[in-house]
Amino acid sequence: MNTPLSKDDTRRQVLRILGEIAPEADTTSLRPDVSFRDQLDLDSMDFLNFVVALHKEFHIEIPEADYPKYMTLNGCLTQLSAARS
Amino acid sequence: MAEFLMPTLGADMTDGTLVQWKKKEGDRIAKGETIAEVDTEKAAIDVESHTTGIIERLITRPGDKVPVGTVMAIIREEGGPTTSVASPRAVATPPSPPPPSPRTERAAVAPSQVGRLRISPAAKKLAAERGIEASTLQGTGPEGAITLDDIDRATTATTDIAKPVGTADRQARMRQTIAAAMARSKREIPHYYLSTTIDMGRAITWLKDSNEQRPVTERLLYGVLLIKAVALALRRVPELNALWKDGEAHRSERIHIGTAISLRQGGLVAPALHDADRLSLSELMQNFQDLVKRARAGSLRSSELSDPTITVTSLGEQGVETVFGVIYPPQVALVGFGKVVERPWVADGLVVPRPVLMASLSADHRVTDGHRGGLFLAEIDRLLQEPQSL
Repeated sequence: MNTPLSKDDTRRQVLRILGEIAPEADTTSLRPDVSFRDQLDLDSMDFLNFVVALHKEFHIEIPEADYPKYMTLNGCLTQLSAARS
Repeated sequence: MAEFLMPTLGADMTDGTLVQWKKKEGDRIAKGETIAEVDTEKAAIDVESHTTGIIERLITRPGDKVPVGTVMAIIREEGGPTTSVASPRAVATPPSPPPPSPRTERAAVAPSQVGRLRISPAAKKLAAERGIEASTLQGTGPEGAITLDDIDRATTATTDIAKPVGTADRQARMRQTIAAAMARSKREIPHYYLSTTIDMGRAITWLKDSNEQRPVTERLLYGVLLIKAVALALRRVPELNALWKDGEAHRSERIHIGTAISLRQGGLVAPALHDADRLSLSELMQNFQDLVKRARAGSLRSSELSDPTITVTSLGEQGVETVFGVIYPPQVALVGFGKVVERPWVADGLVVPRPVLMASLSADHRVTDGHRGGLFLAEIDRLLQEPQSL
């Protein structure tokens, strides 16, 4: 494992992944505590693709039961930092 | 010699613009291989060849917009005569350059019939409304009669301008083509509508358990269960899996489920999941993911747009509980699914909360009656109560 990513790096990567799933969305104005689905019009397929991309990028296991924890930007950052510490 | 024609990529398509050839003259092409990229109102589509052989001539030039049915290329079929007797033109013509003049709308149609104009009263009225000179059209109805469809095509053809399609343009034109197809559907197809409420408890529990065993990359969405249930139910009520052509329904042996996919920039496409009844849930899920991705990236294949034998639309994601769809001609049925919601449900004499789903059927009354439609919805319900066997 490489040196741990800073929170800013993690944030950038999460936003990049979101940008790939919803290319037309402006992720810079994303509100961190509001769900992606509501802000970016993601459907269940988009969200599954997002979770798969997080899994590949950060090498973490995300059980389906944990999906709700990844629905917001802050939620993702909390989960990712917990998983990597 | 085989002709490669501008294909119909859906009932609403009247013409397409060649973006690029994927093969050169003299190249070998296999059946199913992409021969050209064609731009339609909806998306840029990879068009597959129906023939295996050598490309003799590429006629249409990139950027040209030609009507459906126009000969775009000539393919020398494999196993066919190499010194073709059947096609003196091909022998006489050097392989390049292609003819300089782009084909026009008129070039694709047969010479017009001499004598009295054959046109139905409804078509005549529509032509007058839209300011179209009916005598300039080539009818596709019986004995060359001009039909409502011909007027529709002429309307679209005259309002379109052959030029590269930008995003805003594409949106406007997609709206137009959806409008034409849906108006035609409501004008021609006597719809009837049925709905039923399905207890999704077993299906959802089964899916949750199944997904727990699966790595994140192989998990299923419940939409795939619905598609599979529709496909299997069609085996029991095959008359709903048909296309309406020449005044009668033609049943399809194979079950290709058109899945309505909304595009992020607006509009929708409903490409086919081929042979959905024969695929495992995992295979269906993979194909579905791939299809959604390519639909949104604008890289669908021609067969996916021209093949659906029925359409499934699912508006649950938008929070809608019930959807009664408009049939996509020439199909004869459409299945709609709403959102899964918790509702009080009576089971074994007790009121219990259950996740339920409203399933609907819009069907063509020329082809089926409510009785068969009802059996079909009941079969979908039954299948969803045994998710392990899907």
